[in-house]
Amino acid sequence: MIAERMIELFTDYTLRNVTIGSMLLGAISGLLGCFAVLRRQALLGDAMSHAALPGIALAFLLTGQRDTFTLLLGAAIAALAAALWLLAIVRTSRIKDDAALALILAVFFGFGLVLLSYVQRQPTAAQAGLKSFLFGQAAALVERDLWAMLAIGGPALALIAIFWPQVKLISFDPDFARSLGLPVRRFEVLLTSVIVVAIVIGLQTVGVVLMSAMLIAPAVAARQWTNRLETMVLLAAGFGALAAFSGAWISALGERLATGPVIVLAMSALTAISLLIAPERGLLWRRWRLMRQWQSGNGE
Amino acid sequence: MAFAVEIEDLTVAYGDKPALWDVDLRVPQGVLMAIVGPNGAGKTTLLKATLGLIKPAAGSVRIYGQPYERQRRLVAYVPQRSSVDWDFPTTVLDVVMMGRYGQLGWLRRPGRAEREAALAALEQVQMADFAHRQIGQLSGGQQQRVFLARALAQNAEIYFMDEPFQGVDAVTERAIIHVLRKLRAAGKTVVVVHHDLQTVPEYFDQVALINVRRIAAGPVREVFTEANLRATYGGRVAILGANGSAGAVTTPTPAPGD
Amino acid sequence: MLTPQLEVQLIAVIIAAACTLPGVFLVLRRMAMLSDAISHTVLLGIVLAYLISNSLASPLLFVGAVAMGVITVWLVEVVSGSRLVREDAAIGLVFPALFSLAVLLISRYAGNIHLDTDSVLLGELAFAPFDRITLWGIDLPRALFFGSGALILNAILLALFYKELKLATFDPALAATLGFSPAIIHYGLMTSVSLTAVTAFDAVGSILVIALMVAPPATAYLLTDRLPRMIGLSVAIGVAAALSGYWVARWLDVSIAGAMATMAGIGFGAAWLFAPQRGIVAQALQHRNRRERFAVQMLTLHLLNHEGASDAVIECHPRHLIEELRWQPAFADAIVRRAEQNGFIRRQGEVLCLTEQGRALARDL
Repeated sequence: MIAERMIELFTDYTLRNVTIGSMLLGAISGLLGCFAVLRRQALLGDAMSHAALPGIALAFLLTGQRDTFTLLLGAAIAALAAALWLLAIVRTSRIKDDAALALILAVFFGFGLVLLSYVQRQPTAAQAGLKSFLFGQAAALVERDLWAMLAIGGPALALIAIFWPQVKLISFDPDFARSLGLPVRRFEVLLTSVIVVAIVIGLQTVGVVLMSAMLIAPAVAARQWTNRLETMVLLAAGFGALAAFSGAWISALGERLATGPVIVLAMSALTAISLLIAPERGLLWRRWRLMRQWQSGNGE
Repeated sequence: MAFAVEIEDLTVAYGDKPALWDVDLRVPQGVLMAIVGPNGAGKTTLLKATLGLIKPAAGSVRIYGQPYERQRRLVAYVPQRSSVDWDFPTTVLDVVMMGRYGQLGWLRRPGRAEREAALAALEQVQMADFAHRQIGQLSGGQQQRVFLARALAQNAEIYFMDEPFQGVDAVTERAIIHVLRKLRAAGKTVVVVHHDLQTVPEYFDQVALINVRRIAAGPVREVFTEANLRATYGGRVAILGANGSAGAVTTPTPAPGD
Repeated sequence: MLTPQLEVQLIAVIIAAACTLPGVFLVLRRMAMLSDAISHTVLLGIVLAYLISNSLASPLLFVGAVAMGVITVWLVEVVSGSRLVREDAAIGLVFPALFSLAVLLISRYAGNIHLDTDSVLLGELAFAPFDRITLWGIDLPRALFFGSGALILNAILLALFYKELKLATFDPALAATLGFSPAIIHYGLMTSVSLTAVTAFDAVGSILVIALMVAPPATAYLLTDRLPRMIGLSVAIGVAAALSGYWVARWLDVSIAGAMATMAGIGFGAAWLFAPQRGIVAQALQHRNRRERFAVQMLTLHLLNHEGASDAVIECHPRHLIEELRWQPAFADAIVRRAEQNGFIRRQGEVLCLTEQGRALARDL
């Protein structure tokens, strides 16, 4: 039964969309999230994904469309606006980034709720489902959504690949990059936009509340297993896809298990395991090595 | 006389506070120059403004008579060690190869030529054995030598270094000094932000004394005098003792009105 | 007897005040994002306590939720304490995991009871007056009773430990050497945050809890430098956001919690732009004035440096200033005029000369 289900994930039309969509999301956000974590902006993703909510509602209110592309465009614009305001607050005032993050997250989200409650009073039936962006609704993914994900995620990945040496250098040492004459500011905007792309892709599957986990956890897990950025980025994509696959599978097995939270839990488990047993860095691994040293020290 | 670096009227302000006031500084080619001054005197600011990392309120920087922007490839930079995250997932060799990115152009990937240049630079700082180590596994002095190697890989004419001797072991200090002298012998120019007054006469040919304004600059023998030091440090003995050198060279008494 | 309308406003005001008190210290201690984590994970505490006690009325729910908030903070510290993960990433790892677990447990084992994940995030203040309890013969909304309890408790804690909190916030090392354990103060504060979040989120939702804990103190921080004034202002701003949000929500018939968060954000935006000394507008004005004063000083200094030198005719020519100091011609004119008016320089033909006064200014710099 369990194995049958696993095959069905790829043969059954609906399940296939859910599985492939989730895996795409996991891989893309895992890969792009590495830069958020390495550039010390882990929680920016959390703030931006919450901030996407009013964008979704506004896009719907202005266009009357419930078409994925329109809504996600609105989400992206709102998330970017939030990121820009955040940078402006930190740069021009004494408010530190933690307070600015929390403030923007809550205020944008609150404004999103206002719009959402306004939308829900509208007589049109089309408003149904906007709320699914809160926790995502992987089960509702259709083939069109997969193409939309690829269409948005593909260019982002391509940009990272094309400018890989520069992206790597700027993530590690922006001051030195500037001294070489690289347009560091523009790259910072690029890297932030790329995180927005990852968020927008994830909104349908895991929703605004849990999206930050899909950015942070794969990167943290991958970091424990390797000391090379190239490997880390690919590993993070792999972990993200693996967690998404197991999430889709488990939620297909059990009743009333929403895909988004299951994916996040699977990813968290992978991360916890990595933090414990990864060679060289893992906590248990280090303890085990210490014990070995101590024993061989006593043996002599 | 050919000047490698000509800084004119450089003024930098952070909000209310001027960090540098109308500084003029000329660095002749082929010298080792120390920039010396108390904490908060604007030494790092001077370096960063010269390199265009901070926008100055006024002033100009010329490299061999041309505006800095056009001469960028002639300049290498060694930032303070603490300015980056040493847990970043990358190897020593990778970091040193980053020194070649300026010459690499946009779409090319670093290849064998860059690798060899990086390995040669590591050899010069006696770090070749560490090429494939993760940077987080290095000691402070080794990290400093990696940064130095990255600058050497740039194969520049002028080197700007921000406190390369800060908190390093004796081996590293000797290795750095050895490299500096080799650079000078090759006709390169090196400008170093420096903390330890005691070693200035031994390590450097020229010195610039800075405290928001330029106090004095020129050959060490002429400029590194007690009067100038007192003018720079305001006679604060604590600063001379604080860099850990046993027995400071001078013990200026507090200047009147300080 | 209060009307439901008044009761809702009273609840909002009390909860806003209760949230802002610990919020001030979260903002000052740079731990604002912990409010995000705590206000989400208390849900897991409630669910676990419910599954153990099998009752929604059990006091265990409250205890479990508060404990889970503190456990969240502790877990974040354990993860970042391993030095494998930075603190911000640790927050981003811990709370989504715990929150996901809560969501799944609810949908799996508690789907038929009143524990709706939407209302946890969003809150529904309008329903608060219908959930009532009777105490000592007085019939009160539950949220009003518990909200007041949290407010009173927070006020008492603040009054008792004001000195310690202040010291531990501004100089943790000194606090430790004086014998006030920073850990105790930290966990005390976190318990208070957690307790307030649990009390508040039932009525207003976890997102508004974050908004009320962070936005009013951040706004107040732009308006004053003194801690007592900041606390007072924060409470006032929180209350104002709650009331104005309520009326906006009634007027437009939209989500009350959302409107309150929005008003808190608008308040912050206004302070950010127009605060008397720290606002963007005030900064721009100060900047212009400072730039001109600074430029005049630079001009005198430049003239002093080149006074009497062989190249003085070139260096002290107004045209040279445009080149050398990178000034726009119009700006250079304005600065030369300003310096002249202040009596720092005078013209000798084409060349600018320092007056005695100008020389003194330049020497003083």
